[in-house]
This record gives sequence, C-alpha cells and structure tokens, in this order.
Amino acid sequence: MTDLLLDIRNLQVATRLGAPILRGIDLSLHRGEVMGLIGESGAGKSTLGLAAMGYVQEGCRINGGAVHFDGQDLLALPEKQRRLFRGARIAYVAQSAAASFNPAWRLIDQFTEAPRLHGHARRAESEADAHDLYGRMGLPDPADFGLRFPHQVSGGQLQRAMTAMAMACRPDLIVFDEPTTALDVTTQIEVLAAIRSVVRDLNSAALYITHDLAVVAQMADRIKVLRHGEEVEEAPTGRLISAPQKEYTRSLWAVRNLTRPARPKPAETNHPALRLKGVTASYGRKMAVLRDVSIDFAAGRTIAVVGESGSGKSTTARAITGLLKPLSGDIELRGRALPAALRDRTKAELRSIQMIYQMADTALNPRQTLREIIGRPAAFYGGLRGAALDARVRELLAAIELEPGQFIDRRPGELSGGQKQRVGIARALAADPEFIICDEVTSALDQLVAEGILKLLMRLQEQTGVTYMFITHDLSTVRAIADSVVVMQKGAVVDQGSRDHIFQQSTHPYTRRLLDSVPETDTDWLTRTLAQRGRG
Amino acid sequence: MTGKARLLRMILGRLVLGLLTLWLISVLIFLAVSLLPGDIAQQILGQSATPETVAALRRELGLDQPLLQRYLDWMGTLLAGDFGNSLSNGRPVADLLAARMGKTLFLAAYAAAIAVPLALFLGILSAYRRGSLFDRAVTGLTLTMISFPEFFIAYVLMLFLAVRLPFFPTIADYGSDAGLIEMLHRTFLPAMALVLVVTAHMMRMTRAAIINLMAQPYIGMARLKGIGPLRVILVHALPNALAPIINVVAVNIAWLVSGVVIVEVVFVYPGLGQLMVDSVSNRDIPVVQACCLIFAAVYILLNLLADVLAIATNPRLMHRAG
Repeated sequence: MTDLLLDIRNLQVATRLGAPILRGIDLSLHRGEVMGLIGESGAGKSTLGLAAMGYVQEGCRINGGAVHFDGQDLLALPEKQRRLFRGARIAYVAQSAAASFNPAWRLIDQFTEAPRLHGHARRAESEADAHDLYGRMGLPDPADFGLRFPHQVSGGQLQRAMTAMAMACRPDLIVFDEPTTALDVTTQIEVLAAIRSVVRDLNSAALYITHDLAVVAQMADRIKVLRHGEEVEEAPTGRLISAPQKEYTRSLWAVRNLTRPARPKPAETNHPALRLKGVTASYGRKMAVLRDVSIDFAAGRTIAVVGESGSGKSTTARAITGLLKPLSGDIELRGRALPAALRDRTKAELRSIQMIYQMADTALNPRQTLREIIGRPAAFYGGLRGAALDARVRELLAAIELEPGQFIDRRPGELSGGQKQRVGIARALAADPEFIICDEVTSALDQLVAEGILKLLMRLQEQTGVTYMFITHDLSTVRAIADSVVVMQKGAVVDQGSRDHIFQQSTHPYTRRLLDSVPETDTDWLTRTLAQRGRG
Repeated sequence: MTGKARLLRMILGRLVLGLLTLWLISVLIFLAVSLLPGDIAQQILGQSATPETVAALRRELGLDQPLLQRYLDWMGTLLAGDFGNSLSNGRPVADLLAARMGKTLFLAAYAAAIAVPLALFLGILSAYRRGSLFDRAVTGLTLTMISFPEFFIAYVLMLFLAVRLPFFPTIADYGSDAGLIEMLHRTFLPAMALVLVVTAHMMRMTRAAIINLMAQPYIGMARLKGIGPLRVILVHALPNALAPIINVVAVNIAWLVSGVVIVEVVFVYPGLGQLMVDSVSNRDIPVVQACCLIFAAVYILLNLLADVLAIATNPRLMHRAG
C-alpha cells in the first residue's frame, strides 16, 4: 500500500546485559492514523515508541528487525542521517513536560530550534507558526506565551506547549509517550482535547502510548496491547473494547469495574476514629494552604480524599500526622484531643496513626531486610523481641500474601513494585494502628497490581477494623474502595458525603466537573463531554 | 520585584555579610598572631636585646597594652584606611602591599587567562567524548597533576624548560621597566605551574557537571529533536551546568591570588605570598595582618561574584513563576 508510513518488522530490543525488552514486534501504521499502545510498565511500550524514531535508550540495543519509515530502513542508516528524521519528520512528546523542557531556555527558543536546525523554517516564520499552534492548543495569550520559561508555566500548559513543539516541523508521525499521565483529570481532559484536535487538523499519524485504556479509547483508531515485550492482540479501537479476544486484555478491562458494596455508616454514638475541626494551616508565613478543614473519619471505614494537585490533600495528612502544626483548629482521636505538634504526642498516640506512601521505592530503606523494616515498628511500639518479634513479622508477611520463609530476609531491591507497596502496608500494620493514611498508594502501580493492593487493603480492614484516609486523584479507585468521599479544592473541603451520594447525586459544580473529567472507555466519551461543556 | 531588583538586594545583603565575615576574620587573625611564640620585641632586636631595649621597644609598639586595647587601636587605624607601618623597615604597609599586589595579580591573571578557557575546553570535550581514549587520557593526566605537590611540578618545569633547555629564566621577577612581552616571558614558568594545578580541578568539575545532566529528560528530548551531540552539550547541557562551574572557577582564582606562596618562593617571585612568609618569620605583625585580611577579602569577593553569576544565569531565580 502506498500510504504505509511506518512498518516495523520483528523488532527485538534488549538491554546490554541481555535482558529482552521487545521480543519481535510487528507494527504498521498508515498516514494520518493514530495507534494506541497499551500495557503495564515493563511491557516495552516506550521502547517501541522510541524505536519508531530509530532511537534506543542508553544501555539498550537493537538485536534484530527493521524499522521502515516512509520506505527507508531507519536502522540501516548511519546515526547522522537518522537524526535528520527526528524532530523533522518524526516528533516525540514526553511524559513529563516539566522535565523535558530545558529549564535554561524560553519556550519559544525551544520551539524554533528544530525547525531552524532542520532547515524547515527561519526563526521569524517559525515564531509566527508557534503563535498559531499555541493558539490552536488553547494556550493563553499565544503571542507572548513563548516568552516564558518552563518553570513559569503550569504542567497542563507545558504538556500542550510540548505538543505544539512536536508539531513545529509538521512531522508525518508523532510519538506520544504517556502525555497526560502526570496531569490531574480536570487538566487531562483539556490536554486530550487539544492533542486530538491538532492531530486531526494537521493529519499527522501518531503512536499514542498509555497505560490508561479510557484515554487511549478517545485517541486511537487502532489499539495494540503489549505484555512482556510481545504483542497480545491488536484490533480497531471499538472492537478491542467491546470484544477483546485475549484473557489478558479482558483482565485489564475488568479492573475498572472493581467496586465495594455500600456499607451503612457506623452508629452515631461511636466517636469517629479521627475528627478534624476547623483546621487551618500554612507553610511559613505564606498564604494558608488549608482553610477551615473539618472532616469526620468514621471508625473502620475508608474515607477517600480527592482533589487536584495543590488542593491540600497531602497537607491535611501532614497536619494529622503532626508533621505540620496547624495555625488553628482541633484534631481529635477517638473523641480525645490530639496534640497538634508531633513532639507533644504520646507513644500510644503516635502508634495509632500510621502512613503508607506513594513511592514504596523511596519509602523503604534499601539496606534493610524485610525483617528489619517490618520488625522495627513492631519492636518500637509493641515491645516485641526475639521469637515473638520473629513470629509477628512472619504473621504480617503472611497477611500481605508474601510467603514469610521466602521473603523475610530479602531487601526491597529484590521485590517488584507491588510487593514493595505490600511491605509498606505491613510496616504500617506492624504498629497495630487505628488510623492509616494511604497517600496515593496505588498511583505508581499498574492497574492489575493496583487492584491486588486495593483488595488487600479492604481485606485487612475487615480483619482489623482499621480506618483508612485514602488520598488519591484517581476516581476509579475511589469508586472501588471508598465508603465516603471528601472533595478538596484550593485547601478547603468543598463537598463531602457517602460515596454513592457523591458519585450519583452531588450537585456541587466542582465535584461534577471532577467526576465528568474521568475518562470512560466509551470511545465517544471525550467528544460527548466536550460537547456538554460547550453547552454548559 | 523584578529579577534585577532582587539580584541587587541580594548583592547588598551579601556585601554586608561579607563585611561581617571580614570583621570576624580580623579578630581571628589578631588572636592567631598574638599566639605566635616568642616575644616580638625580643625577636626584632635579636642579639642586641637587653632588658632595657626590649622594654623600650615593647612600649613603642604598644605591646605593654592589654590585648583588647591593641585590637581596638589596630581596628581604629585600619578603618581610617591606614594599615600601619612595617616593623622591620618602618615603611607604610600600604606601600609594601601595593608593590607586591601588582605582581601577584599579574601572575594570577596570567595563569587564569590560560587555565580557565583550557579547563572549560578540556572539560566539555571530555564530556562530549566520554569514555573515549581522549577522555581517559585527560582524566589520567589531570589526576596526576592534582596528585603532585605544586613545588614538584614547579621544579620539574624549571629543570626541563629552564635548565636543560634554557627557554625561560629560573627567576621570574621582572624589572620595573620590563615590557609586557618580557613580563610574560619571565613569569611563564610559574604561571605554567599554576595552570597545571588549577586546570585539573576546574576541568574535572566541568566534565562532572555536564555528565551529571546528560541523564536529564530534556537532554533526551533534545536528542529526539534530531539535535547533534555537540550542540546538545553546548546549548542544552552547558547552560544548566554553569552554577557549579562558576563556583569552582571562583575558588580556583581565589587560590591563584592567595595560595601561590610556594610557587612564588620556588621562582623567587616577589608577590604577596612571599611577603607574608617573610613577614611571619620577621615577626612583622602589621604586614602579616594586612596580608591575611587581603586574602580573606579576595575569597569573600570572588565567592560573592560566583553566587551573583550563578543566580544571574539561572532563569528560575531571575524570572519568578507567574
């Protein structure tokens, strides 16, 4: 066919040490077509995306196969000639725009660099084009936008600026590598809409890499599912979603439908596990970051705290743990006042509140064995030693479904991401707490792994009666496990209620906006939502 | 506030802090000098010391006063712009310093003018060719230079370029009527010795600062825009590596002004360093104190300059988020 743009045949990529990343992938893409690449981390999506540019990351190499772009085998060309394609005919949009723009240069200079170097346009022409594209991407004040430095621009705007930059030479193909993963849902929807309209207007072909099915369903004409460097299946978007052929694809879909049945509120006579009353806090002498926050955390329940980044979710957690002393307001633990500052709290009070962190990688000491990591709080709070301590650590390991005999002397480096997060949970449980703060505990994990963690948390709650404060920006997780929901915006609680009330009946405009922004696998979702907003 | 206004305020603040530091150093110097062993009057008089002459000299020098009084007197004259008079020849310290300062600054500028560009060039090139034979050769060579004491390098240079092959004089001092060419020629060997020592340090820092950035996503992005490796380093990595490079350059230039005592002695070059060494052995206290203060001021000023430049080249600090 003449309009075949990218044709990858039997591509094999491995690390220099020999570990395979791609095990013989075929991919073909026509002009103007958008293909979604989906799979969990380690599936080889990004490696495949980069290989389409004839590029491999340092420490990796291509062991076989061919990458034909517009009839030329990129892999057979010398590096110098491959460079002529990059940025000019194949462009790349990275996951973290904040890290992928050079902090030392203004956005416009970064925009015009590729067109000037590739001889596509002179500076003045390219600048005029930048203004046009910034406008199309819905960036504010397009004529002056480029004069800013990357740190002066928000994450969502940077991601749009990066898409505009990728368009600068009007490439035939753009590789989008998780372009909205780092964004809040409310920002994500705007960026998705902007990307989609520009890709359509300019008729570029695209590879759209993501782990989020719902997102790829809005963007792609066809979807390819990858796992462990191999293709699972490929089909047109509608068919892959409505009738997936492979078990693995179906399991990806199923995760989205995890829900816990609604539970009645505990009796009013009981004290809540934790209560915040009018808490106001700030960092330094700056503006308040928490304004009059009041939340009741019903005992034995999961209370999800949701909101965009900067809404005060994590700051609320810091106030509860005592790391940040509020300016005013009270915190009560089981009806008794809790001292605001960490150093005034008793050991029993410290024991009652534990935390599980987003990045298990950095929250676990890589030099310690699981015995030490989990044993430490058990010894410190529980006073356990010797055989009793050993038994307790084994019991906790069994509780998080890690075979004690096999795992007790391992270090975090020998665990997978999901296993590390399980260890984080065991460490929190080791103190035998009443209240656990889960700060985005599943957002760094793949969907299937995250699902396992959520199920584990729910089971542990049924066994121990612990209360969870579940901080997240992922509303499908909230739907899966929360009993009630607190919505925060700009440091204040704007809406709260039972999960079903919030999801089905809340009339608060911000809550509605947040809920409507969560992508659905329905391929028309983006179009429909944008149309509704246009009317509203 | 605009970036410039903030920068100006920061400079003023740092100057005030610098003056405070200088004052603390003056106290330390004064105490350290008063701890020098032996009675100063006794040392100065040497063989001709009799109890009467010593007592008379002590009175004349004010050494019979309490320590605090002597410090206040010294500070008083210093603030009036007077460094006092030398004890060994009675000439004003300021005049002595002025003559030596010119020589020291000339040698430092000479060495810096060669060493700084050379270090940047080698550092960038070895980062560009990381892992190559060139990189390893430069790394090996610079490590060798760092490891040798500077007097050794100085004597080796002298042996080969002045004694075996008499291209350059062994005594670096130039007369007052020497032209620039002659000055450069006479001071070539000490300047070379200094260049070899400081280039290694600056070059390694430049290389490390650039390589450190090469794993940044924006470097990967630049490559994916089809930009060649040299431009990636010069245009995308270097501007972000300036702060550490500027810092190491400033420290090395400060060392060139104040730390070159040994090289000056080897080449019999009458700079500030030699003046200070001589003054310490002569117990010429006002000169020692003045030299120390000048060295301290050089360090403080160059560090201030480095900080200002590091801020001025960092858009995050010059242009507020907005």
